Amino acid sequence: MRIITEAVAGTLESSDLLVKVSPSREKTLEIHVTSDVMKQFGTQIRRVVDDTLQGLAVTDGLIVIEDKGALDYAIRARVQAAVLRGAASKELNWEQLS
Amino acid sequence: MEKEQIHHLIQKLSAQCPDLGSLRPFAGVDGNNPHGNDPQQTRQRKLCATLEEAIQRTGLQDGMTISFHHAFREGDKVINMVVDTLARMGFRNLTLASSSLLTANAPLVEHIKNGVITQIYTSGLRGKLADAISHGLMKAPVQIHSHGGRVHLLQTGEVKVDVAFLAVSSSDVFGNANGTRGKSPCGSLGYAKVDAQFAHQVVLLTDTIVDFPNTPISISQDRVDYVVKIDEVGDVSRISLGAARTTNDPRELLIARHAADVIESSGYFKQGFSLQTGSGASSIAATRFLETKMVNSGITARFALGGITSSIVELHEKGLIDILVDTQSFDSAAAESLAKSASHLEVSANEYANPSSKGAFCDYLDVVILSALEIDTGFNVNVITGSDGVVRGASGGHCDVAATAGLTIVVAPLIRGRIPTVVKRVTTLVTPGESVDVLVTDHGIAVNPARPELDTRLREAGLPVMTIEELYQRAVGLTGVPDPIQFTDRIVGVIRYRDGSVIDVVRQVKE
Amino acid sequence: MKLRRSMLFLPGAKAGMLSTAFVYKPDCVMFDLEDAVSLREKDSARLMVFHILRSHVYQGIETVVRINPLNTPHGLKDLEAAVRAGADVIRLPKTDSASDIQELDAQVERIERECGRVIGSTKLLAAIESASGVINAVSIATASKRMIGIALAGFDYVIDMQSQRGDKAEPELFYARCAVLHAARAAGIDAFDVVYSDVNDDAGFLKEVELIRHLGFNGKSLIHPRQIDLLHNAYAPTVKEVSYARRVIEAAEKAEREGVGVIALDGKMIDAPIVCHAQRVLQRAEASGVRR
Repeated sequence: MRIITEAVAGTLESSDLLVKVSPSREKTLEIHVTSDVMKQFGTQIRRVVDDTLQGLAVTDGLIVIEDKGALDYAIRARVQAAVLRGAASKELNWEQLS
Repeated sequence: MEKEQIHHLIQKLSAQCPDLGSLRPFAGVDGNNPHGNDPQQTRQRKLCATLEEAIQRTGLQDGMTISFHHAFREGDKVINMVVDTLARMGFRNLTLASSSLLTANAPLVEHIKNGVITQIYTSGLRGKLADAISHGLMKAPVQIHSHGGRVHLLQTGEVKVDVAFLAVSSSDVFGNANGTRGKSPCGSLGYAKVDAQFAHQVVLLTDTIVDFPNTPISISQDRVDYVVKIDEVGDVSRISLGAARTTNDPRELLIARHAADVIESSGYFKQGFSLQTGSGASSIAATRFLETKMVNSGITARFALGGITSSIVELHEKGLIDILVDTQSFDSAAAESLAKSASHLEVSANEYANPSSKGAFCDYLDVVILSALEIDTGFNVNVITGSDGVVRGASGGHCDVAATAGLTIVVAPLIRGRIPTVVKRVTTLVTPGESVDVLVTDHGIAVNPARPELDTRLREAGLPVMTIEELYQRAVGLTGVPDPIQFTDRIVGVIRYRDGSVIDVVRQVKE
Repeated sequence: MKLRRSMLFLPGAKAGMLSTAFVYKPDCVMFDLEDAVSLREKDSARLMVFHILRSHVYQGIETVVRINPLNTPHGLKDLEAAVRAGADVIRLPKTDSASDIQELDAQVERIERECGRVIGSTKLLAAIESASGVINAVSIATASKRMIGIALAGFDYVIDMQSQRGDKAEPELFYARCAVLHAARAAGIDAFDVVYSDVNDDAGFLKEVELIRHLGFNGKSLIHPRQIDLLHNAYAPTVKEVSYARRVIEAAEKAEREGVGVIALDGKMIDAPIVCHAQRVLQRAEASGVRR
């Protein structure tokens, strides 16, 4: 999936996360994560984000995430929502999203 | 008798009984009077026009130990004001021994940086001060003690207070003081009473001077050296901040309900039982649920102990708790009740929880509900460092009452945000697992394996009991296993158990 | 006999609630993708519900998803997400006729085939929110083998009826409640009552629960966790009811053992519906004890 426009998903409420995606000019994939629980879960959050982006075959873009202690299911959901919005995707491929 | 005659008599005495020691001759009615011979002067002698004057008169020197109490909690004005003044007067290298320190004491950071304060003894640290200390602000590690343990340290002499600066709600010019009269009533002076007993010199600060003699007398004139009038001794509306609040949060209420159910089925819910609740929302809410059970079963409590809240006062006024034993009044309702109820008692921290006291109320305690930042699979509790390794709490009376109560219940949500409360090993050990009997969370209840009869009783009552390992698995099943916090080797805090022994340390966080 | 006393509504877009609501142990949890989610957030909420269903956080609690109506751009996508993620029940809002359910049934079956889910494992719940829905309640309730329940949704119904919600005795819902109940009983499925929106009015809530319990409703839609315990307690049998139910079961078992065709207790004949009722009473007592 290719990110063609800026998009946002999620919120800054407790247990949620705010995901902003935008197209990358250099065709690189840049991911920035800040979190209330960075010390304890920074590695895990990053792993789930990477995994989710891979599932959608996202190879370039700028992904900025502000996490408020969200569980893994919410990270997956919000990252997918932001990417789908950024890719202006109309079709949902459920195998990719699982 | 003439001076020479007395002198001669004393010589004869010494000759007859050489080991009698040195004796002085009578030198007139006021000859040996340390306070001088002008009655008006004598009565007013303690009153100082300014704090500076009081400090000067105490003869405080660099390197000495000063002490405070924290009954005014987040509304306290005295600690910051006194240390500011001492800094301006050029004092350095002081040891600060406060019964606790709160977020309002952030200004101390500057004074520590400037070398005014170089050692701290306290029950707790919060906010910017705690954060700075966790990041290595002080050379000497902070000594963190319990409320009972503080008295023990004063008794053994490890902490020798040279000057105690005690905020009181009212005082007369001679130093008879209390926390129930005056512009800013804080309620119980339970911690201050201890300092008044042990400090070499005592300075009272108050915004309300009353006619002599002040009543009631919590701190007596015979322990007080100086009295200073200031504009405002504390903002009493801020006493209950950060602690003691009634909640509508369904999760906290769920935990509270289960805690009350545990008490009911524990075997400790008998006529004349005694109770203590901590200052957390679930602890306080548990009293509401317990009230219904007490009314339905006709059981009343003999006494409630510790920090007294309006919820406890309500039960007392409804006739469900005979006596309130108050070391600290958490809100204005508690302060008012102390003032008007003959069975609402003010006790010192020594009478409350000192293990080497001749008599501590906590030894008679049946049930206590406490909170926790972390609890591990061995039931050890951390109430001092957050999950990020930074200091943000207080030892308080936690380990004191946990050690002595018949039934110690810890209440906590299983997960806070994404942080599990139940862990494999606590970041900092404050209360040892052998003193904790039951953990009540929103996901279920765990009983210490050392109490099999309790486990059986709770299961038979239909309560959701599981092992603490199961609770741990539930927590990490949802959140994932957290990465361990990185610390440096440097020790920034020492956790002292109530008997003065070292039970753990706090290390500096790595950034 | 699945107990469905409490159906807790959760807005599909609220991470905080989704992450924590299972501790309150409702009988059913309903993830809402319809009225609780703004149009702009439909896609994001859908993914939240999809992923939380897949995460098994709500294991042990019956999961219901309220999808958007199938004639909206969102409904079918919601359905795909819910069925593929393993939701137990799909709640269809604004069900006006049997064909609404038949259409839904067909789509659910298609999705089950495509994703390899056991055919028939996804159940349906129809929400009646209009005069037409009330009139067609029986045909709706019997429109599919997947139907497990029929719910009255008060807010939209009252608007459709050009009436308004009062606060005493609520005659405006009376006929609708009875119609939905009768349809449920005729079809052999559960009946659910409307949401009570004043979460701080315990007395009013309990009064309404008492009414619907007497009428025979199996459960009620709830919008706040504190209503769960109140409801379960109101539905819990009294000590007297439990001991009588136990005696009924014992008498039935005794008759079975002795090969006697007629069950007698206290000089009265006990027939099958009474035994069934006694089982239900004991089931409720098992779930949440006797009434406090």
